[in-house]
Amino acid sequence: MSKTKPQLPKGDPKTRFKNQLKDVLFNPFNLITLIAFLVLIVFVVVPLVSIAKESFILDATAARRAHAEEGSWGIYYWQYLLTGRMAKTMFWTPLVHSLIVAFFACLVAVPLGAILAWLMVRSDVPGKKILSFLIIVAYMMPSWCKAQAWLSLFRNQVGGMPGIFYWMGWKVPNWFAYGPFAMVCVLALHYYAFTYIMLAGSLGTINSELEEMALIQGASKRQIVTKITLPLVMPAFLSAAIMTFSKAIGGYSVASYLGTRVQYYTLATRLHDQIASGMPGVGYAIAILMILLSSGCIFANNKLIGTRKSYSTINGKGGRSVDLQLGKWRYPVFAMVCLFLLIALVFPILSLVLESLQVSPVRGLEASNFTLFNWIGREENSYALINYEPGLLRNSKFLSGMGNTVKLGVIGAIISSFMGQIFGYISVRGRGKWYGHAIDQLVFIPYLIPAVAFSAVYIAMFMTPKLGGLIPALYGTFALILLISTVKYFPYASKSGSATMLQISAELEEAASINGAGFFRRLAKIIFPLAKNGFMSGFILTFISIAKEFDLISLVANERNLTLSYLTFSYTSLNCYQLAAASSVVMIVLISVLYLIAKKVFGADIVKGWS
Amino acid sequence: MSKIVLEHIDKFYGENHVLKDINLTIEDGDFMTLLGPSGCGKTTTLRVISGLEKPQGGTMTIDDKTVIDAANAFYEEPSKRGLNLVFQSYALWPHMTVYQNIAFGLKIKKLSKEEIDQRVMDSLRTMRIDQYKDRYPNELSGGQQQRVAIARAIASSPKLLLLDEPLSNLDARLRIDMRVALTRLHRETGTTIVYVTHDQVEAMTMSTKVALFKAGEIAQIATPLELYTNPVDLETADFVGSPRINMVDGTARYDGNELVVDSVLGQMTFDKETLKTTEEIPEGQPFDAVLGIRPESVKIFTKQPADGSGIPAEVYASQPAGSETIVTLEIDKTQLLALQVDLQDYEMYQKVWVGLDPRRINVFNKKTERLIRFAKAKRKEETEE
Repeated sequence: MSKTKPQLPKGDPKTRFKNQLKDVLFNPFNLITLIAFLVLIVFVVVPLVSIAKESFILDATAARRAHAEEGSWGIYYWQYLLTGRMAKTMFWTPLVHSLIVAFFACLVAVPLGAILAWLMVRSDVPGKKILSFLIIVAYMMPSWCKAQAWLSLFRNQVGGMPGIFYWMGWKVPNWFAYGPFAMVCVLALHYYAFTYIMLAGSLGTINSELEEMALIQGASKRQIVTKITLPLVMPAFLSAAIMTFSKAIGGYSVASYLGTRVQYYTLATRLHDQIASGMPGVGYAIAILMILLSSGCIFANNKLIGTRKSYSTINGKGGRSVDLQLGKWRYPVFAMVCLFLLIALVFPILSLVLESLQVSPVRGLEASNFTLFNWIGREENSYALINYEPGLLRNSKFLSGMGNTVKLGVIGAIISSFMGQIFGYISVRGRGKWYGHAIDQLVFIPYLIPAVAFSAVYIAMFMTPKLGGLIPALYGTFALILLISTVKYFPYASKSGSATMLQISAELEEAASINGAGFFRRLAKIIFPLAKNGFMSGFILTFISIAKEFDLISLVANERNLTLSYLTFSYTSLNCYQLAAASSVVMIVLISVLYLIAKKVFGADIVKGWS
Repeated sequence: MSKIVLEHIDKFYGENHVLKDINLTIEDGDFMTLLGPSGCGKTTTLRVISGLEKPQGGTMTIDDKTVIDAANAFYEEPSKRGLNLVFQSYALWPHMTVYQNIAFGLKIKKLSKEEIDQRVMDSLRTMRIDQYKDRYPNELSGGQQQRVAIARAIASSPKLLLLDEPLSNLDARLRIDMRVALTRLHRETGTTIVYVTHDQVEAMTMSTKVALFKAGEIAQIATPLELYTNPVDLETADFVGSPRINMVDGTARYDGNELVVDSVLGQMTFDKETLKTTEEIPEGQPFDAVLGIRPESVKIFTKQPADGSGIPAEVYASQPAGSETIVTLEIDKTQLLALQVDLQDYEMYQKVWVGLDPRRINVFNKKTERLIRFAKAKRKEETEE
């Protein structure tokens, strides 16, 4: 094809312009694209600009120390953080801590997930279906519930009330109960899921003919695995490792549950403390550095793996043979997987249930220690217990937290999935065009930002009214919590939206358009009915993710606007462990039920791109 | 009723010039096939006609009504062009039954319930699938889905029916059935049809006219017979016809009166009347030429004909296929395909004689690759020499 564009005749400029304008204005697709861009610019780009700006504007304290005027520009926060007297405590040590914890968590989580994925996809271990379901359920349980469970098992006297192992006579040392070791264990038991999901997906979609071809060429089983299969899943594996690392660096909840008690601070906990009770400007600076760190990881991922990722997604024909015959190892391996599930899923839940039924954790399994008070006790009887709080189901704080969680989840997930479908639609229909590409890029940004840093970004934007009140101060309101939760899940929702839209061929829409259906009728009669299931499963998965968030809302929720995760954390900090445990149990039940519905009713598949 | 005229259509995808100055007139009642290899712009042309693509240059009219005027950025909406389209993928809406699929467009037109029912059932009966009206598309076979797609397209009684490679997803037998069905549909409804395919058999068997596309341009517009008998250049000659045309290199001389070509097949002389004098034919000096000989015009004799004619050849391979036999011959290292009707047995290395009819032979200028001598189509009433 020739590359030179010949000069094409242009008609009457007025008519031409009129027709072009009419085309742009009366095409609802353009309107929708415009709205999508506005949403992303206002809620993603502007806050980022805002936090960068705020990290250079001195507040009263900083201005006094820097001998400058309040509200003037300066690099005080950055100096304080990076080179000042406090730099080591404030930034460098926490940075090292974050890196150490993330590195070791990766070291455990990635091989763990890889082995599980290999076993579930390629081996003949019995009960694969239920095992692989439970492996995902273990991931659905929020990481702070796991941290909570760890505390209930291993707390020693530093934690106020020792946990069950202490009661059984093991004087759990500090290094085991709290700090990096505990964090690595809990993170690994959570983030194995990344590797598991990515690798299981990749292994499942390798064209089996590629391996069969090697077999025909005379390769041995071992050679096939090392020369064909492993190289094919290597991109997914690397990708999973980098993602795990990036997630673990930015995680707040586990670090705050397990680290702060022994003054083991990470970047996330420092950021949180600075914004909650220090100099917010320093917090903003930490947030910016965390964003850079995390985007650096993802950038490295894209550079390292790049387009090679795509070659594991070629679909093969028909059934694949199970190529890892475990033979006499079948049941021992099965037992190992069960052991993993016991540690990652059953023990945490049991320990939380147990704690929620205790009068006092200190008295362990004594018969007189069991009570339903934490669930249904009345306030007037609560003096008998340490808590001075009524049982959860009669507790107004819990009921309001529960209500808020559901409200937040439902509204956030509806908006987020709805926008996700629209972003997905624009991205799929605009494939190869500038606006499709731009939407893809913009919508991906919240993914780059660790949750706690993301809330910092929003705080920077909404702490005080801006633009003469055009942007109101939302700090401390439910609206801000909702906004943060919604926008943070744009990338996930839009990914699931794109996946749905990709399955709806453009020709289906073109056929309708030839038959005279306008844009909105096509949406209503063709796109929406076909996207319904994808929408619903995306909705429930987003709901679950929003409902279980703690990192994201820890800075913006408060006593008036609390969620289940916030309530649990505040009970833990008040040493009301039984109530915290009970509320964790409610969380886990809620999530499990919803996940089951999403999977059974709407065919949601977390393995398909929801990590 | 409906005459479609495309003039100077230019279409770009970014920097890619995919349609180059397309000029095409489709007369009322035509079965116009856009034929060509993949990526040649035929589907894009169809989509331009349908209104799904907007060309950057050119005009298009349907019955003298302008629907595209690129210079003024005017593009009529697809639904207002009075046409319908059958997609290669069928594009049946999976969440609607066959009936609902067909009724969809009619409902948008706000027809009465009775009329919708009437039209849906009529088109279902035309395509002989009325018994499947309550099924969902995924409960139908590929051939049945195809019929639904066509039924949906004809239900609105379009003036113009566009079909985009509709048979390419069907197996060989169904394809023949559908060819018959489409030919009948064309005759019965008299609808103008524009049909896109890369399969020259489809183009030959169904169309009244063929537009042959080559790299974004139209190489030739002709009736199927004309396209087959006198392909405009070597590439077209090679593309049309199966088994493919024989091309034999030779040296030609033209004295302004007669064209004489020397080749392994001996010397052949062609009258001035049969030459395409609008093409470049060097006069006075010898030039390279290519003889185009259709395999069915190559006759094989097992004994040398009594008149001493016939070119000695050797059988290289023989492929009997039941109703016909394809024989590969070798004349002095040049291979020649011959298509023999009926089953005939030839031995490898068997010595035979080849008879050619100069009236059926095309001549191409090797340098310009263009046709310079017309052949005559073989008619039934014509006597053999």
